[in-house]
Amino acid sequence: MGEDLKQLIINYVKREYLEEDADQEITENTPLISSGIVDSFSMVSLKTFLEKKLQIKIPDEKATTDAFDTINNIINLLKEFIKE
Amino acid sequence: MSHIGSYDERYKNFNWTIAEKELDYGNNSIYNIGYYCSDRICEKGLGNRRALIWQGFTGEVRTFTYNDIRIYSNCFATFLKEVGVRAQERVCIFMDRIPELYISFLGILKMGCIAQPLFSAFGEEALLTRLDDAKTRAILTTKKHIHKIRRLRAQLPELTKVIVVDAGDKPLENDEIAFDMDNVPNVDHFDIFKANRDVPSVLHYTSGTTGKPKGALHVHSSIIAQYITTKWVLDLTADDIYWCTADPGWVTGTSYGIIGPWSNGITQAVYDIGFNAQKWYAFIEKHKITVWYSAPTAIRLLMKEGTELVQKFDLSSLRHLISVGEPLNAEAVLWSEQAFGKPFHDSYWQTETGSIVITNYPGMKIKPGSMGKPFPGIIATVLDQQTFEPIRKPGSVGLIALKPGWPSMFRTYWNNKEIYDSKFKNDWYICGDRSSIDDEGYFWFVGRDDDVINTAGHLVGPFEIESALLEHEAVAESAAVGKPDPINLEVVKAFIALKPGYEPSDDLMINIMNFVRKKLSPLAMPQEIEFVDSLPKTRSGKIMRRLLRAQEWGEDIGDTSTLEND
Repeated sequence: MGEDLKQLIINYVKREYLEEDADQEITENTPLISSGIVDSFSMVSLKTFLEKKLQIKIPDEKATTDAFDTINNIINLLKEFIKE
Repeated sequence: MSHIGSYDERYKNFNWTIAEKELDYGNNSIYNIGYYCSDRICEKGLGNRRALIWQGFTGEVRTFTYNDIRIYSNCFATFLKEVGVRAQERVCIFMDRIPELYISFLGILKMGCIAQPLFSAFGEEALLTRLDDAKTRAILTTKKHIHKIRRLRAQLPELTKVIVVDAGDKPLENDEIAFDMDNVPNVDHFDIFKANRDVPSVLHYTSGTTGKPKGALHVHSSIIAQYITTKWVLDLTADDIYWCTADPGWVTGTSYGIIGPWSNGITQAVYDIGFNAQKWYAFIEKHKITVWYSAPTAIRLLMKEGTELVQKFDLSSLRHLISVGEPLNAEAVLWSEQAFGKPFHDSYWQTETGSIVITNYPGMKIKPGSMGKPFPGIIATVLDQQTFEPIRKPGSVGLIALKPGWPSMFRTYWNNKEIYDSKFKNDWYICGDRSSIDDEGYFWFVGRDDDVINTAGHLVGPFEIESALLEHEAVAESAAVGKPDPINLEVVKAFIALKPGYEPSDDLMINIMNFVRKKLSPLAMPQEIEFVDSLPKTRSGKIMRRLLRAQEWGEDIGDTSTLEND
């Protein structure tokens, strides 16, 4: 699950939040929110994307900017909701 | 003892000349904001005082003294002059919160140009609308944001100077110009543009219910109100380290993130980072922030992280907290008392007012949930919505209105005098918000008087969102309204009827959300989309946005027949 999920999120972030010709590398530890790549408003589209794709519901109180700040953080959060 | 002392005494005896005298405003016929925020502080012998402590999201810290910002802003002004930009032309600043943003703002003013700061998260459509309307001559930006501008150049013939402040060795395209303030010769003296009081200085765009965003035009003498409100409301003193979390793409970030603190000769800290509770607290601890000006949305996000996190940091340096952008709910005031040992003080104002007009003052009794009382020199009331006469009965809800004449009041909407004129009734300026006044003179916010959506303290126009939505290939018609949100006060919800051949789906919903985000801004992105077969309309075919809004807020709209005839 981990690698697929990681790639799914990386692809989404690159496609939706970066310029096409941006030379920025996105890894599992790249700060997303604190670096400004994704802001707390844009985060909602990422959250919605993950909820729909994975058929889960992330409660608002769990969807903090810290929980979405890196892909690793997001994966750790998602693990709480994905049934293996 | 706070600067303001007794509010009642100050209100009774106030005259704006108090601020002018403190500023020596107009001495030697100088009225330019750029001078008062840098050169004047140096002339007072404070050139070595820190003006800016800047920290990037990676932790890098840079510090600039008042002498530094004086010289660097001279460099920007000289450069603009050399490349052929002329006084009163609009110069846009389109960058994240880096030192160049703050310093170039002063340089633009010293050169006599009109500074037009725009939020760096704006998408292409939002950017195009504002640059086209202002016929902007030059834009200062960074490598990160240059792509958006490149895609718009062909549609902006007046935009002849595109300046990249961090180009480094990255090649630029066509006629783009690199300007690195750290690698140009120091300019110790610049012949500052001789502005008079009423010469335009700053153009900030704001949204309305209908039409495109409007540019609220301010003038150099706005500094009189920005200086004294900073001193009396934010209560800044020489020893303070002040942090304003607002982005200068919005009016708070210029009035109180540049002009207010620097005209007072204060050290301010800037953190170029998105919201992150831990990092924010660490920033306060590291730089020993004493006065903190933030927004209710940020405070509610901090509440969400809990008081346990607060206790992991030494935040004892904080002595005064203020909030702006949207009503500060009583729970947030009470929480901040519990978490930081002091309450956030709500302040009310808007792009058009240029400075704080109604607020809670240091030392004054706070009624949690109240906006506070009018600033000395500001005559504020609530008006009857039909007669536009002041309502005398305490507790009655009316339109917030101000007597024109305070120094930082906007002077017009750029290219839109008609809408400007429509903002005045019976010699009152109508703010567009509703409130009541209690028997002790405290104002209590009720809501907007129009369909504009206040999301996280930023006004978003439904018309702009609906126009963007209609550009999506699947959208036949749409309505954008504000829906209640526990963190952001309101968020955008869109009702969408699809064109034949399109079916509602999760993928389409996310696609439309991102479409609007990229075109306009993250703030304008619908956080919820409801697909409908058709939208409720008046007999003349107008979409009944108010009905949809009332539905979201659980309000009883009553007899809809009047709406149908609207």
